[in-house]
Amino acid sequence: MDLSYGKQYEDFRAEVQAFLSRNWPPKGADAELAKEEGARRFRARATEQGYLNRAIPKQYGGSEQEPDEIKATIIREEFMKARAPGDVRGIGTMMLVPTLLEKGEPWQKEKFVAPTIRGEIGWCQGYSEPGSGSDLASLKTRAELVGDEWVINGQKIWTTTAQTADYMFCLCRTEPDAPKHAGISYLLIPMKQPGVEVRPLRQMTGGADFNEVFLTNAKTPKDWVVGKRGEGWLVSRATLKHERNSIGAAAQSTAMLAGLVHLAKTTKRGGKPAIEDSEVRQRLATIEGYVRSHEYSGYRQLTLNARGQNPGILQLLNKLASTNIGSEVAKLALDLLGEDGLLDPTASEEMVVLPTGSRSWINQYMYSLGIAVAGGTANIQRNVIGERGLGLPRDVFADRSTSK
Amino acid sequence: MNFELSEEQQLLQQTVRQYLDNECPATHVRELFEGDTGFDPALWKGMVEMGLAGLHLPDQYGGAGLELIDLAVVSEAIGWGGAPGPFLGHALAGLAIQLGGSDVQKKSWLPRLAAGDVLGTVAFGEAGGLWQPEEWALAAGRKLSGAKLNVPFASLADVFVVGVAGGGLALVEKAAGGFEIRSMEGVDRGRRIDRVSFDGAPAEALANGAEASPRVRDAGLVLLAADAFGAGSRLLDMCVKYAKTREQFGVTIAHFQALKHQLANMALEIEPARALYWYAAHAFDHIQAQAPRSAALAKAHLTDRAMQIARDSVEAHGGIGFTWECDVQLWFKRIMFDRAFLGIPSVHRERAAKLAGW
Repeated sequence: MDLSYGKQYEDFRAEVQAFLSRNWPPKGADAELAKEEGARRFRARATEQGYLNRAIPKQYGGSEQEPDEIKATIIREEFMKARAPGDVRGIGTMMLVPTLLEKGEPWQKEKFVAPTIRGEIGWCQGYSEPGSGSDLASLKTRAELVGDEWVINGQKIWTTTAQTADYMFCLCRTEPDAPKHAGISYLLIPMKQPGVEVRPLRQMTGGADFNEVFLTNAKTPKDWVVGKRGEGWLVSRATLKHERNSIGAAAQSTAMLAGLVHLAKTTKRGGKPAIEDSEVRQRLATIEGYVRSHEYSGYRQLTLNARGQNPGILQLLNKLASTNIGSEVAKLALDLLGEDGLLDPTASEEMVVLPTGSRSWINQYMYSLGIAVAGGTANIQRNVIGERGLGLPRDVFADRSTSK
Repeated sequence: MNFELSEEQQLLQQTVRQYLDNECPATHVRELFEGDTGFDPALWKGMVEMGLAGLHLPDQYGGAGLELIDLAVVSEAIGWGGAPGPFLGHALAGLAIQLGGSDVQKKSWLPRLAAGDVLGTVAFGEAGGLWQPEEWALAAGRKLSGAKLNVPFASLADVFVVGVAGGGLALVEKAAGGFEIRSMEGVDRGRRIDRVSFDGAPAEALANGAEASPRVRDAGLVLLAADAFGAGSRLLDMCVKYAKTREQFGVTIAHFQALKHQLANMALEIEPARALYWYAAHAFDHIQAQAPRSAALAKAHLTDRAMQIARDSVEAHGGIGFTWECDVQLWFKRIMFDRAFLGIPSVHRERAAKLAGW
């Protein structure tokens, strides 16, 4: 075992650090630029250097690097330390771009990929519907081809960033007579049009991260379909096999624990710092057992991914491990807050990465529940772990093939 | 970054697992569990011949010169196999002499321990849950008097490494006498524990005992964590297999989400924690500043997680899981040993808190 990255990679790290010290924060004339423009220029340089957009072909604005899990990890670590802008994050870069690269027409890639990874256009995801959550393939939003256009009617829900997005990638039923999974197409739909209405969905924290999207005779051109008609289900499963972020979720858990320890040192219990209380110490150390397991398990996944070996069940456990830790952290935080637990949370437009004041911890107390549901509820995760990780049979009623 | 076992370590672990699969299947674990001594000389001899008695001891004394991580992956394999026997006490006694003994003491004992010619054990625990070196009260001296509890296989051992007041270590030879041994009727009948009452037993202090004893404790914590990981993983494996064979309502019970989710939760509890004991074992030899705390966290976390898995395993087997006949109880009790030996999890969480400066 060797927890260092080795000479070759430490040289690479030094290179990245040198690049960062030359370019971030913006220097010289760049320092005068507006914040966004400064970030844009920095990203362009970092891409040219091969540090960002590593999985994206050069012709579509990426840096087209050989996959290297360790380099990717070092870049993330150093960019984070320097607080420099990394790859543009969002549903567009995470989901749409990989899908387009794998399944899109050349003109679609040309039109959409570069502006998306530069952050010039934003996307939202039209998957979930009020009646179609875990059973997503039962979705009902219809798209009919009328002349040269698709005409779309239906409702989508839990749509993050719908209020700002330029386009939606959307699963629609286009072949109403085909079996359930075979009747769906993957359409790209402009959001700024009269047929699209976005209503914010207020969540229990008071913030509104999600929206409902009502599609009433919304229109999109005939060829804005990714993959063939009726193949939308398969298209939506496409993922780009490049570099995984093996230790990202665990790094978040580690940071949360540090925040919690800080909270325990700065709040009182029985007139003394809470961290001197035996129950608090026990709970902190219990949480740390989970956090370190998650963190070191991430090192192992990084090692295996870097060697091209499959980490197996470990990677299926990451999401549930993170959400369980988030939940335990939030519960202890609420206990540490004492009477501040009576306060209304800070209404937040996005997930609080590291809570600081009482109100943001209370927001986290509720928000951690949202994280446990987003992207597949904890119970769905347990199904995945049981079925794909332990080889247990699928649910008897979970029809994943042919019926309508 | 290389956080994975080497090919040699993987091979070592597989070899031990294979050996125990062949020589100590669950039926044999049960025979030993129900037998008079909990000890199978032939099984132990085979382990000695594989080099397991001196894996971590320097090669100049006939050991293999390996590290705690190697010993720990063996411990995991033994926990998986549920193999009864004196591995733990013997390994810690050898380590104590290696780390705390004078050259003469090392020369005198290590070759014989590595060759399995003598059997060693550690006598650390005292009444009131006093396991840690700084808690030992038994007076040091050329003759020892007082009681040590929960000494693994004391009745079989040829030499005891005894923890004494001030955190020192002393050697007591079985042949010299001056003590009385009584079985404590421990719950894990695969690792028998005895009470040793010393009454003027001739003893020889280990030259650097007080420096060695916390290290020996830390190594013990890691080995217990590894054993618990192996045992917990085995129980999960047993539950998954049972769920795939037992039928109700015309289908295997693995189809039912309630059980599927329980098994998924068990996997979530145990599987990532393997890395926790790896890290602690690695730290023992390579990141010494972090070693005591990593060992404490690994022992606290893994033995608690494994214990919960053992409880869940009884439930997952239904009524049969509660019977003496069902093998779950063998591993359940093994984990009870791992959890309590050298101090329960809350003791080590408090130590971890102190070591962090909380």
